[in-house]
Amino acid sequence: MIEEFFDVAVIGGGPAGLAAAVSASQNGAKNIVILDRNSWVGGILPQCIHDGFGVEETGVSMTGPEYANMYIELAKKHGVTIMSETMVLDFNKKLEITAVNKNDVYRIKTRGIVLAMGCREKTRWNVMIPGDRPSGVFTAGVAQAFINLYNIMPGKNVVILGSGDVGLIMARRLKLEGANVLGVVEILPYPSGLPRNVVQCLNDYDIPLYLNHTVTYIKGRDRLESVTIAKVDKNMNVIPGTEKEIKCDTLLLSLGLIPENELSKNAGVEIDNITGGPRVDQFYETNIPGVFACGNCLQVYDTVDALSGGAKHAGKYAAQRLKQEKTKNSEIFVKPGEGVRYVVPQRINQSGHVHFTLRVTQPGESVFLNVTSNGKKIYRKKLRFVNPANMIDFEMNVDKTLLRSNRSLEVSVHG
Amino acid sequence: MDEKEITCIVCPIGCKILVRMDDKKFKLIKGNKCKRGEEYAKSETLNPRRILTSSILVEKGEWPLVSVKTSKPIPKDKIFDVLNVIKKTKVKAPVKIGQKIVQNVADTDADIVATKTIQIV
Repeated sequence: MIEEFFDVAVIGGGPAGLAAAVSASQNGAKNIVILDRNSWVGGILPQCIHDGFGVEETGVSMTGPEYANMYIELAKKHGVTIMSETMVLDFNKKLEITAVNKNDVYRIKTRGIVLAMGCREKTRWNVMIPGDRPSGVFTAGVAQAFINLYNIMPGKNVVILGSGDVGLIMARRLKLEGANVLGVVEILPYPSGLPRNVVQCLNDYDIPLYLNHTVTYIKGRDRLESVTIAKVDKNMNVIPGTEKEIKCDTLLLSLGLIPENELSKNAGVEIDNITGGPRVDQFYETNIPGVFACGNCLQVYDTVDALSGGAKHAGKYAAQRLKQEKTKNSEIFVKPGEGVRYVVPQRINQSGHVHFTLRVTQPGESVFLNVTSNGKKIYRKKLRFVNPANMIDFEMNVDKTLLRSNRSLEVSVHG
Repeated sequence: MDEKEITCIVCPIGCKILVRMDDKKFKLIKGNKCKRGEEYAKSETLNPRRILTSSILVEKGEWPLVSVKTSKPIPKDKIFDVLNVIKKTKVKAPVKIGQKIVQNVADTDADIVATKTIQIV
């Protein structure tokens, strides 16, 4: 066993981990390490070869690999230590990490940990699609890795279930690579991915989008032979008689992402049941002092720009805590109200400007975002369009009186 | 031409922009939140273009492929012409990010540029 010491250890070297590490360095932390189990850093970005990354952050549209490269160069410049092919086994409340790689087992003492483990794709078994178990059923991200990293085409005639961004991007990618994309099937009455991806991935190539539809059966002995799709009613129940069998050899699943928090849970980090990520305060700090969370393991972001923005804050606060631990006098909770699925942060324990992110439960036009405390409106903002696929953010001042009130803040969105 | 709604693809907001052609003159009616949206709506109405991204085979590289893009947006109806060139092209490792691989691809005036660094093995 090798003993190591770092001021800040970042678990996960994807975009969140890189941004957090760079920001920790920019804010005065000296001795920073990124631990990643892959042989590269950048996480999923090297396989996201399409463009559109970085527009909000830098004004320039980059591809995934270019965006990753920008942060990898910054991390190098800031002298961040990168331990790749290194798997974190656990961490504890004393801020010690156990990790393993080809060389040895490491006990890493730290003064701050930033969680940036990212997320995983939902599989067929998360939504329980009945039928056979042939080959040819892939998650969209796995198919993306096959095509863009390993030069392997997953199939010829493809149906995609789920209209999340990865599914839409893959519909276009497969089409460009010569596959026959038979359609994207979405159970909701609206697409789950960003509007720009519906336009440039589906509409540009006349790929049909079946809203209010789902896959009800997977058929095939060795290789996938067909899927059955059917219409659903507004309660998402299949309408009998609407079934249609589509011959295909490949089914891609773009069903959503699950924050990866096995390490967090083992260490005793409290998890929000709705986001699937740690419950944090406005400094991205979890219930374990010195343990911060950012990126897709905190909440699934729709763009890397917003994700990096959050991760930079997490890295900054991890660095600031090295100099001075914050004093916690009182704490109030933030709760989702009508029309809101979740709000991050879930707790506030210091007065000042707080940056909130949230998601709505359904699309809407010309609605109001309201924050109330004990039934009293304390913040109001008009929103022209809201969409569950577009994360909403706002900034609000939380003063000392509000903080001492001991009353939860409730965030709602309605007409 | 009637009024037409265009969903902007410049950023993740996806503004719905209402446009109209008056005597072959482009007219923006409403819906964009920024200047880039206006430019996009105009280009999308008069001469739709896209950045094309794909990948090219690499010989002796740490990865079998290098990701590439067009150096600027190309006309939509040229996408498959450019893809045909991309399919026939091979490059030797090492490849550096930003390296020009094909010049003026399929007479689009755009180049094919590497978006990733691939080391030699």
